[in-house]
Amino acid sequence: MVELFYQRDVYGKTLVELGGKNTDIVVLDADLSSSTRTGLFAKAFPERFFNMGVAEQNLMGVAAGLAVSGKTVFASTFAIFATGRAWDQVRNGICYNHLNVKIVATHAGLTVGPDGASHQALEDLALVRVIPGINVVVPCDGPQTKAAVLAAAETPGPFYIRLGRAKVPTIEGTGDFRLGKAQVLREGGDVAIIACGMMVGNALKAAEKLAGKGVRARVINMHTLRPFDAETVKEAAGTVRGMVVCEEHSVVGGLCAAVAETLQEEGYCGRVTTVAIKEKFGQSGDPDELIKSYKLTAEDVERAALESIRG
Amino acid sequence: MISVAGSGHPGGSLSSADLVTALYFSVLRHNPSDPAWPDRDKFHMSKGHCCPLWFSVLAADGYMPQCELFTLRKFGSILQGHPDRRAPGVEMSSGSLGQGLSVGVGMSLAARLDGRQSRVYVLMGDGEIQEGNIWEAAMSAAHYKCDNLCGIVDYNGLQIDGRTSDIMGLEPIKAKWEAFGWHTIEIDGHDMAEILGAYKEAAGVKGRPSVIIAHTIKGKGVSFMENNVEFHGRAPTKEETEQALQELE
Repeated sequence: MVELFYQRDVYGKTLVELGGKNTDIVVLDADLSSSTRTGLFAKAFPERFFNMGVAEQNLMGVAAGLAVSGKTVFASTFAIFATGRAWDQVRNGICYNHLNVKIVATHAGLTVGPDGASHQALEDLALVRVIPGINVVVPCDGPQTKAAVLAAAETPGPFYIRLGRAKVPTIEGTGDFRLGKAQVLREGGDVAIIACGMMVGNALKAAEKLAGKGVRARVINMHTLRPFDAETVKEAAGTVRGMVVCEEHSVVGGLCAAVAETLQEEGYCGRVTTVAIKEKFGQSGDPDELIKSYKLTAEDVERAALESIRG
Repeated sequence: MISVAGSGHPGGSLSSADLVTALYFSVLRHNPSDPAWPDRDKFHMSKGHCCPLWFSVLAADGYMPQCELFTLRKFGSILQGHPDRRAPGVEMSSGSLGQGLSVGVGMSLAARLDGRQSRVYVLMGDGEIQEGNIWEAAMSAAHYKCDNLCGIVDYNGLQIDGRTSDIMGLEPIKAKWEAFGWHTIEIDGHDMAEILGAYKEAAGVKGRPSVIIAHTIKGKGVSFMENNVEFHGRAPTKEETEQALQELE
C-alpha cells in the first residue's frame, strides 16, 4: 500500500522539528496558518510566530526585516499570493538583498480544486524563476518535502518551495534529496520524461505503460528548478530520441522553459513535447476532474512520450 | 554630488536633511567603525530616492570617505542610485516605495526576540504613504505593539506630478496614523528643538509605535529649489549648484 501524505502536513511538522533545534527560526503567515500548517509551529513556539493577517506584501516585507536582522524566516501563504501579490517585495526586498527568507507556498497548481482559477497558481514558478539568486524547489511527495525544507533551513539565501493542496503518494527513492541535483528514478534510453511535483507520480505510471509497449523511458525528477541541473538534461539529450516535460504549471516560464533553455544550447535534434497547462486559467472542480480536463494524467504523459519519438 | 552624478533627487533630500542629521548625530546609538554592532539602533530610508542625503550623513559620520560621495550613481560605485547594501551603514536596500515600514516592523520584532534595546527608525516620504503596503505595515506595527519603532513622514507636500493635495490627498494625515493605533507627533521638520523633542517623546512611548509627521519644505535652504517640484528628480546645473552651495553655507 502506497503511503499518501499532505505535503503541508509534512511541512508543518518539519518546522516544529527545526524550531526546537534552532531558536533563530521565525515563522510568518498571512491568515492561512491552518491551511499551510504553519499553525503547528505557532502552537509549539508562539513567541516566534507572527500572523500578518490578510496582507501578503507586509508578510514579505516583515520577513525581510527579520532576516536582515539575523533570523531564518519561513513565510507561508498560498502560491498565488506569495508570488503574484507580493512579487515586488520578494524581488526588491528579499532576493535583491539575498536574505534568509524561505517562502513555502502551498495550494499551488490546478489541484487546489473547487476554489477555482483565482486560487490556482499556474504562473508562480515563472514569476520566481526569473529572479536572480533564489532557489526554487518543487518537491514531489512527503519525504521530499521534509528534505527540501531542511535543506532550505541550512542553505543561506532565499528559497521558494512549492507545495500542493492534495495528498500525494510517496515515491520510492526520493528522500535522498540534494538541492540542485535531479533524481533519475527510472533508467531508459528511448525517451526521457522530466517532471516535477505531483507530475512525477504520473511520469512513473506512464513509464510503466510505455515499457509494456517496448519503449524504455527514463524518468527524471527535476525537483529543483533553480539552481537548474542542466547536466542531467544534457546527458539525457545525448542518449534518448525524444523528451517530455511535465508540470502542473503553465507551459510558459516553468520547468518546460528551463528544459528548453538548456537544450537550445545543446544542438539537441530530437523532439520535446510538453504536458503542462497551455494558455488557460484554471476552474473549479475536483482535482481528478481537472487533471483529466487539462490533460495532465499519466495517459497524457504516455501519449506525449510516444509523440516525441514518432518519426 | 547630485550635480556631479548628473541625476538624482535633491528636493526630498533637502526636506529630510534636518530630520536625518539630528537622528545620526544626536539620537542613534551606533558605531561607524563597527557598523554591525549588534545592539545598534537602526535607520532605514524607505524613501530611497533621497539617498544622496543618507550617503552624505553617513560620510560625515565616518562610514565612508567624503570623496566617495562623488561616485554617486556611477558605474561600479558603492553608492547606487537608490540605497544598496554595498554602502557601509545601509542595512537594507530600498527604492521601490512603500516597503520600508514593513522592513522596520521586521527589525523591531527581531530586536524584541533578541532582547535588545535597539530602536528602529524608518523615514517615509509623504507621496510614498499613498502605497497600500505602508498601511499594512502600520496596522501590524500597532498590533504587535512595536514601541521600539519610530516612523518619520517627511511631509513636504510635493510629489513628482505636483502637490500631494492635487495628486492624491493625504489629509487628515494625523488622524489616519492615530486611527491605525500610532502615537502621533506633529512638528516643524526644520526646527531642531522640535525634532529632538519628538525623537525623545517617541522613545518614551510604551505599548505602541510612534510616528513623527514632520512638516518640511522641499528643497529647503536653496531659494530656487524650495517648494519647486521641478527639483524632485533633477540634478542642478553647474551654475545652479554654485548658487545652491553658496546659499547653504
